[in-house]
Amino acid sequence: MTFFSNIWRNEKSREIIVQIIVLFFLGWFISWLVMNVNANFEALGKDISFEFLFIPAGYDINQYLIDYNNRDSHLRAGIVGLLNTGLVAFFGIILATILGIALGIIRLSKNWLASKIAYWYVEFTRNVPILLHILLWHGIIINTLPHPRKAISLGEVTFLSNRGFYIPKPLTETGIELVYLFFVIAIIFSILFAKYCKRKQDLTGIQYPVFWINVSVICSLPLIAFFISGMPVSLEIPALKGFNFRGGMHMSPELAALTFALGIYTAAFIAEIVRAGILAIDKGQREAAESIGLKPSKVMNLVILPQARRVIIPPLTSQYLNLTKNSSLAIAIGYMDLVATLGGISLNQTGREMETMLIVMLIYLSVSLSISALMNWYNSKVKLVGR
Amino acid sequence: MKTKMLLAGVTAGVMFAGSVLASTLDDVRARGKLNCIINTGLAGFAAPDDKGNWTGFDVDFCRAVAAATLGDADKVNYTTATGKTRFTKLAAGEGELLSRNTTWTFSRDVDLSQTFIGVNYYDGQGFMVPKALGVKSAKGLDGASVCIQTGTTTELNLAEFFAGNNIKYNPVPIETNAEAQELYKAGRCDVYTTDASGLYATMMSFDNPSDHMVLPEIVSKEPLGPVVRHGDDQWADIVAWVLRAMMAGEEKGITSKNVKELAAKDNKDKEINRLLGKDPLQGLSKLGLSADWAVNVISQVGNYQESFEKHLFPLTIKRGMNALYRDGGLHYIPPIK
Repeated sequence: MTFFSNIWRNEKSREIIVQIIVLFFLGWFISWLVMNVNANFEALGKDISFEFLFIPAGYDINQYLIDYNNRDSHLRAGIVGLLNTGLVAFFGIILATILGIALGIIRLSKNWLASKIAYWYVEFTRNVPILLHILLWHGIIINTLPHPRKAISLGEVTFLSNRGFYIPKPLTETGIELVYLFFVIAIIFSILFAKYCKRKQDLTGIQYPVFWINVSVICSLPLIAFFISGMPVSLEIPALKGFNFRGGMHMSPELAALTFALGIYTAAFIAEIVRAGILAIDKGQREAAESIGLKPSKVMNLVILPQARRVIIPPLTSQYLNLTKNSSLAIAIGYMDLVATLGGISLNQTGREMETMLIVMLIYLSVSLSISALMNWYNSKVKLVGR
Repeated sequence: MKTKMLLAGVTAGVMFAGSVLASTLDDVRARGKLNCIINTGLAGFAAPDDKGNWTGFDVDFCRAVAAATLGDADKVNYTTATGKTRFTKLAAGEGELLSRNTTWTFSRDVDLSQTFIGVNYYDGQGFMVPKALGVKSAKGLDGASVCIQTGTTTELNLAEFFAGNNIKYNPVPIETNAEAQELYKAGRCDVYTTDASGLYATMMSFDNPSDHMVLPEIVSKEPLGPVVRHGDDQWADIVAWVLRAMMAGEEKGITSKNVKELAAKDNKDKEINRLLGKDPLQGLSKLGLSADWAVNVISQVGNYQESFEKHLFPLTIKRGMNALYRDGGLHYIPPIK
C-alpha cells in the first residue's frame, strides 16, 4: 500500500499517472467515435471507399485554372475547386492587407475627419457577418450593373455587366522572349544596385533614391525590348456574341463579390491589428526619431513599422487563415470553390458525404497549416534578435 | 499497460455504439408523429400557405402516410432539406420519409442504400427563358449563362445535353430554388433549368408569368418519388401501398367525398371492399396497419387526382404522363388483392 501512496505523493509520478488517465479517456473517446461511425455505416449498409474520386464527375465548372471538362474525374473537379479557393484567397489577402494597413495608419492620423472615417469603417464592417457582406456585394453587382447587351464600356475594350468584368487578354507572339530576358536583367541589376547603394550609405552616408531608380529601370528595360522586338503582344478584345461576351479575360460577378467582401471585411480586422501594433511602440521611439530630424514617412518606415511588425504578424496570420476559411461561404453565391465542387456537387452525385467531407477538411487543415508555417517563418525572420 | 487499457476502451466503445434497431413503424407510433423531409419551398409541391402550414403535392403524401399509420393526417413534423442535404438527412434518421421531388436513379437507389418506393410524378428537365430573349429552342442557347439548382441530377443532364449538341454554356450553380429565382430575375442568367414541374411552379410565382416561357425540349427522364431508408421492408411496403391506395382511389372513383359512404356499404367491385376494409385484405396485419388505413388516407388527404388537381392545376401543369394508364398516362398500379 505504501508503494502506491508513495507513487501518488511523488509529484513527478503523479503527473505521469494523470497524463496516462487523460490519454486513456481521450483514446477511448476517439475510438468510440470511430466505432460509432463504423457501426452506423454498417447498419445503413454503407462502406467507406474513395473509388468515386476516379470516376468522371459529369458536371461542368464555370471557372477553371487548369483544363477541365465534365469527363474529368471528381478528383480533378476537386482540384479545380481548390485552385478557385486559392485564387479568391490570394486576391482577398492582397486587398485586405493593402486596405487594412492603410486604414490602420489613417485611423491614427491627426486629421480628425480621416481618423473618424477609418473608425466608422472598421466599426461598421467588422460588426456585420461576413455572409451578409458576400450577399450584399453579389446583389450589388448583379442588380446594378446592366445586362451584357447594354454593358458599360470603357474605351470599347473593357466591359462591365452583370455577367462580370471583361478585359482584353494579352496574347504573346514570337519575340516576346527578349522582353522576358530584359525583365530578368532589370531585376538582377536592381538587386545589385540596391546592395551597392546600401554599402555606399554605410560607408559615406550618401543616399540615393534607390527605389525610384529601380522602379524606372524595371519598367523601362522591358519596354525598350518590347519596341526593339517589334511589339510582340496583341490584345484579344472581348466582344458581344449571342448571349454573352466572348474572348478577353473574364472575372465573374461571384469572384468579384467574394474578393470584395472578404477583402473589405478582413481589412477592418487588419486595420485594428496594425493600429494596435503601432500603438504598442513606445512613444519615446517616435520622439527620438523625430528629434534626430527624420521625416514623418521615414519615422514610420524605418523606426515604427519595423518594430510594430513583430506585434502585428502573429494576429495577422490568423486573419489570413480566417479569410481563407471564410472563402468557403462562396457556396452561398454559387462560386465554385472546393466546398462547392468536391464538398458539394461531387458529394451529392456520389452520396459519399463522409469521404468528401474528410477530404475537404483535411485540405483546409493543410492549407491553414501551410499559411501558418509560412507566416511563422517570416515572423522568426523579423523578430527581435537578442544581442 | 496502456495498450491494454485502450483495448478495454475500444470494447466499451463497441458496446456503446451497438444500437438496437426498432422497426420504423414502431418508432413513428411511439412518437405519435411522422417525421417527413420536404422541399425548402417549391410552389405546388411543398410551400407554406398564408397561415404558415405546409401544403403541396409532396406534403400531401407525408399526410397520407401519417393518416395510414397514425390515423391522423395532421400528425406530421416537417423537416426541410435542400437538394444537397436530403439524402444525408434521411440517412441520419431526421425523417422516416423523404417526400421531396426526388429523381429515382440507379446510383441513388443502389449506392446510397435507399429504397425508392415508386413514382408519384413523372417529370423531365426543361429550360425557362424570358420571352424577350427571342429563343425558341434549347439548341439556340449557345454561350448562355444557365442557372442550375445544385444537388440534383440536373447538372449531369445539362452537361450531357450541351455536350451532345456541341454547344457551350456557362453554369451558375445555386443552392436553393428561391435563390436561383432571384438570380434569374436579376438577369445573372439567361436560362433557368430544373425539372419542368419546378419551372412552372417558379414561373407562376413571378409578377408577370407571361413574360417567360418553358422551351419545348425536355432533356431527361425524371421519375420523382418518395424515398425511405434501406433495410425496413415493412416500412417501405407501407409507404409504397399508401401511394398505390391514392392511385387506386382515383382508378375506382373513390374520393374524399364518397369514401365513408363506400366504406360503409358492400360494393360490387370487391377491390373497393378490400381497399376500404369491408372485405379482409390478406397480409394487412403484417404491415401493422388497421383495416381503415386507406379510408383514413382518402378521407383526410384525397385520392391521387384530388391532390394533383388541388396543388398542380393552379400551376397550369397538365396530367400528361401523370394520368392513369387508362387515360393515356404512365400510372399503373398492381391490383389490391
